[in-house]
Amino acid sequence: MGGLLSWIVFLPCIGGLALLFVGDGDEAGRRRVRLLALAVSLATFALSLALYSGFQGGTARMQFAEAASWMPQLGIAYKVGVDGLSLPLVLLTTFLTPIAILFSWEDVGRRVRLYHVALLFLETGMIGVFVALDFFLFYVFWEAMLIPMYLIIGVWGGPRRIYAAVKFFLYTMAGSVLMLVAILWLYFVQGGQTFDILAHLDRPPDPAVQGWLFAAFALSFAIKVPMFPFHTWLPDAHVEAPTAGSVILAGVLLKMGTYGFMRLAMPLFPSAARDFAPLILALAVIGIIYGALMAMVQDDVKKLVAYSSVSHLGFVMLGLFSFNLLGVSGGVLQMVNHGVSTGALFLIVGMLYSRRHTRLIADYGGIARVAPALSAFFVLTTLSSIGLPGLNGFVGEFTILAGAFQRNPAFAAAGAAGVVLSAIYMLWMLQRVLFGSRLAPANENLPDLSAREWAVMIPMAFLMFWIGLYPKPLLEKIEPSAQAWLAQVGRRVLRVEAPVLGPPGGLPLGRGPAPRGVAAAWMERLRGEGRP
Amino acid sequence: MIRYAWLIPLFPLAGVLINGLLGSRVRDKAGHVASLMAGLSLLVVLGIAREMILGPGGSHVVPVWTWITAGSLSVSVSFLVDPLSTIMLLVVAGVGFVIHVYSIGYMHGDPGYPRFFTYLNLFMLSMLLLVMADNYLLMFVGWEGVGLCSYLLIGFWYEKQSASDAGKKAFIVNRIGDAGFLLGLFLIWTLTGSLSYAEVFKAAPQLAAPAATAIGLLLFIGAMGKSAQIPLYVWLPDAMEGPTPVSALIHAATMVTAGVYMVARTSPVYVQGPGALEVIALVGALTAIFSASIGLVQNDIKRVMAYSTVSQLGFMFMAMGVGAFASGIFHLMTHAFFKGLLFLGAGSVIHALHHAPAAQQQDMRYMGGLRSKMPVTYWCLVAAALALAGVPPFAGFWSKDEILAGAFFSGHYVVWGLGTAAALMTAFYVFRMIFMTFHGEMRVDHHAREHIRESPAVMTVPLVILAVLSVVGGVLPGFPPDAGWIHKFLAPSLAKAPGHAALDEGVRVVKAAAQAGAQGGGHGTAGIALIVLAIAVALGGIALAWRMYLRDTAAPARLERRFPGLYRLLLNKYYVDEIYQACIVEPIYRLMRALFDFDQKVVDGAVNGSSFLTVWFSRISGIFDLRTVDGAVNGTAGVIGFFSQLFKFIQSGMVQNYLFVMLLGVFLMVSAYLFR
Repeated sequence: MGGLLSWIVFLPCIGGLALLFVGDGDEAGRRRVRLLALAVSLATFALSLALYSGFQGGTARMQFAEAASWMPQLGIAYKVGVDGLSLPLVLLTTFLTPIAILFSWEDVGRRVRLYHVALLFLETGMIGVFVALDFFLFYVFWEAMLIPMYLIIGVWGGPRRIYAAVKFFLYTMAGSVLMLVAILWLYFVQGGQTFDILAHLDRPPDPAVQGWLFAAFALSFAIKVPMFPFHTWLPDAHVEAPTAGSVILAGVLLKMGTYGFMRLAMPLFPSAARDFAPLILALAVIGIIYGALMAMVQDDVKKLVAYSSVSHLGFVMLGLFSFNLLGVSGGVLQMVNHGVSTGALFLIVGMLYSRRHTRLIADYGGIARVAPALSAFFVLTTLSSIGLPGLNGFVGEFTILAGAFQRNPAFAAAGAAGVVLSAIYMLWMLQRVLFGSRLAPANENLPDLSAREWAVMIPMAFLMFWIGLYPKPLLEKIEPSAQAWLAQVGRRVLRVEAPVLGPPGGLPLGRGPAPRGVAAAWMERLRGEGRP
Repeated sequence: MIRYAWLIPLFPLAGVLINGLLGSRVRDKAGHVASLMAGLSLLVVLGIAREMILGPGGSHVVPVWTWITAGSLSVSVSFLVDPLSTIMLLVVAGVGFVIHVYSIGYMHGDPGYPRFFTYLNLFMLSMLLLVMADNYLLMFVGWEGVGLCSYLLIGFWYEKQSASDAGKKAFIVNRIGDAGFLLGLFLIWTLTGSLSYAEVFKAAPQLAAPAATAIGLLLFIGAMGKSAQIPLYVWLPDAMEGPTPVSALIHAATMVTAGVYMVARTSPVYVQGPGALEVIALVGALTAIFSASIGLVQNDIKRVMAYSTVSQLGFMFMAMGVGAFASGIFHLMTHAFFKGLLFLGAGSVIHALHHAPAAQQQDMRYMGGLRSKMPVTYWCLVAAALALAGVPPFAGFWSKDEILAGAFFSGHYVVWGLGTAAALMTAFYVFRMIFMTFHGEMRVDHHAREHIRESPAVMTVPLVILAVLSVVGGVLPGFPPDAGWIHKFLAPSLAKAPGHAALDEGVRVVKAAAQAGAQGGGHGTAGIALIVLAIAVALGGIALAWRMYLRDTAAPARLERRFPGLYRLLLNKYYVDEIYQACIVEPIYRLMRALFDFDQKVVDGAVNGSSFLTVWFSRISGIFDLRTVDGAVNGTAGVIGFFSQLFKFIQSGMVQNYLFVMLLGVFLMVSAYLFR
């Protein structure tokens, strides 16, 4: 089935272009726009299911790979492919887009056509980033994705939308400029005059310069994740974005950062990644705890969920930089899990908002009595988010923490503290929104879920249970690629004693082995004495 | 039959689905559906138990499906049927079924009736998973699942602020314990390479003492949360906000004993690291006496029971700590009978008083003289109280005596002393409860008096069943002490405790002599002396309660006046909640507030500040540019040179390049138009 992947990438874009020819002047036209957009995104999802079923487990190579000449004189080619690391994220994207469109049905009434065009273009951009195997192509998708998201926040957002949209755009842009410089360095200096990612993966640069290149990539991705202390654009963007924008932003866009680390920054510059690991692990752990503490003091539900994302993405980074199979498999799974759980949380917050036009926790209370079905989904989603066994979040968290424990028990302990904190802020929020005797008069006639909202929530709930109870098919597809990835980032590159290129000595970080922590020393003692 | 073990959790799951999804249709039938499912589960359990007890026993694994595989970590959903899980299954399914039936009567007419039974069946499912798991991760699933149900059921009447507070508190305190438990699992997995019991226990003998101790302590942190031990016990008394059947099932008979079961299950690891066992013994003993002393002065009938539960769990951990694993499980079982009964009895009383003002329904100062009105409840509760106090031949006597003897003969004299003192308090507070509730003059609100009557059969029959078990449930499996049937049955599942390091030579001699003197069990003369002492302690506590609350009823007030400080300290539960609030909760909250300020002002301030600076910088450089035109021209020439190098690629003559640039232009124009 040649070209399947390209169809998945470009079908939404084609659909978006087609939408431009549908008038949205009257209600019937808007309905046509919505139906067409939904049909396109569902067709894309169906194609990605075909991708999933055609994907062969047990191999790490790129599948459904396509290559075409694009700008040969520049070494730029159109190259795409999926492996176990990107497949789950492609599926997540194609799954969340129809949900977002369906949710926006009544949520967005202004400039309906442009909104759906932006959403579909955004989908193309996102999938493109996950499947691109050429730096140039990757960068084009990476930047192309920014524009529709910028529009979604800036046009359909809340009162401070312009500030949030500009902040989002500039912050991300500032990061990606550095990445561009690093890409150009790879292109011109590293040699080959090619943008082929796979080719570069086979030729890691000299360790002396890896530090700088890694730092350039890492900064760009760290802003996107976002890692502490680059996270402040996120709460603003989430609060101002329309619900569907938040779902996509949290569900997919944040994974661009973690995916970038996984696909590019770490395997391209393995020795630098290892040198930087203590710093990044520390930031990840700070993010887990800090994000949770921040979430706890928010009065705004959406801000609370936004800060919880900082915490959850910290887990993913913790997994990736554990440099072991459990950590990276769990990391990939957790990217999907976070997309599902946090996406669902934003959907529910959006449902509350569309009923009451407030996001302040204090305006709610006692909702469980008037809207039992909405409350049930809220509780379920919360439980999935805080990692209750049997639901999706647990599998990811557990494997990540197990991986982190192998690397250094202290990190796992800090992560476990994050698990405790997540229960506190989430349950406290639930209590204040759903339970209690006080029911504000404005909430007395709050309607329960509509048929459309049921249709949005049921697939989400299904995924939570499915991944929670039977993650094996997914993990089996991830594992071979994760293993190959590990081999890649575990490569030892011969250190050149006298650096010949670039700044002398690379960055001052990570000379020699990292200092052993107390916990690591303890583990060695326990292990050492364990052998008879 | 054993290979159908997967049916046991399947029935409650079906109940959850039926009641949960069709709640509005089944309505009043929800209780029957849930009880039927619990009953079917119990039937399967009985069938398996029959095979296990009459047959050769052994250990059977029933695989269901592979759950998680990632690298070397492979975890399956499979069930273990062995003597230990058989006993636990009997307790959970048996007491669970009885309480389901009772709830049909107790919860009758509640608007959340189907929801209640959905949660109750979900609890059964989780608890059964917990005890049937053949690996630690699946146990953890059940472990968290029962925690969830506990959260949902404590906060069942969620309109009540105190109830939803209590539910949240329970979940969070449990989560703190679970974090430790989780780290324990990682350590097990790192050191032994597996999480399945069979493989972990196979590797256990190779574990060094520090490693086993570390595992043991981490797991015990989880047990402290789930089984309400110092310092994580604070959630259990508050959990009494839940409906009374919930208190009986979850917060007395089954869930809170999960920690004890976990330690017993992990005994092969624990015996490798005696340090952890010493800690457990001490924490158990301290908890036992600490909460028993609080129970002495509480006036809320359910709170007395709650502190009693905490205290009795302390006894079970004492047993674990001194290596008397079988005795601890034995006490777990008898405790499930009599404490479940005490709660159900209390529930029956509360049910009878439901016309009294809300604040008085559970307050024993507004009860009294109920004996004649509620004879069945009364006699059942007396049986339970005798069992709890440890009067032979009631159930609690046999198991509690074994624990104290175990502590004594392993050289844990401090533990034994604390336990004996706690036993004295236990006998006192439980009979204080009986006397205040059922004897003396009636102090019930006049309006409510005429409504007091014995509960319906659907509630009293469960009481009677549990009362019978409270009478015979100890002597049948537990006689003769330390050599009864239950010890022989459980032996294959439990590790043998080694001679403890603390056990000095003198005790060894005494013990050897004692064992030589006893034919077929017991500890000879020393053992008999201990038994006599235990009986004296129990009767002494009862006599004291009788004297203070029936004969000389002014005595409590006198004592209160003489020791006001001590009284207030006990009444206010040693101010532990207040201390936690002031020392942990408040500082963390203040820290969070400060951090949020930091986030807004410093972290975000840096972002906004840098954009502000950029704008200023570009203004200044704009002026600079105007004034030093020469330099600018030269610079421009250079820039142009650079860009023309770059842009010559644009003139490639390839259509897709033009298309790309065009698209970019369209986007820019659209956004310019939109943000004009």
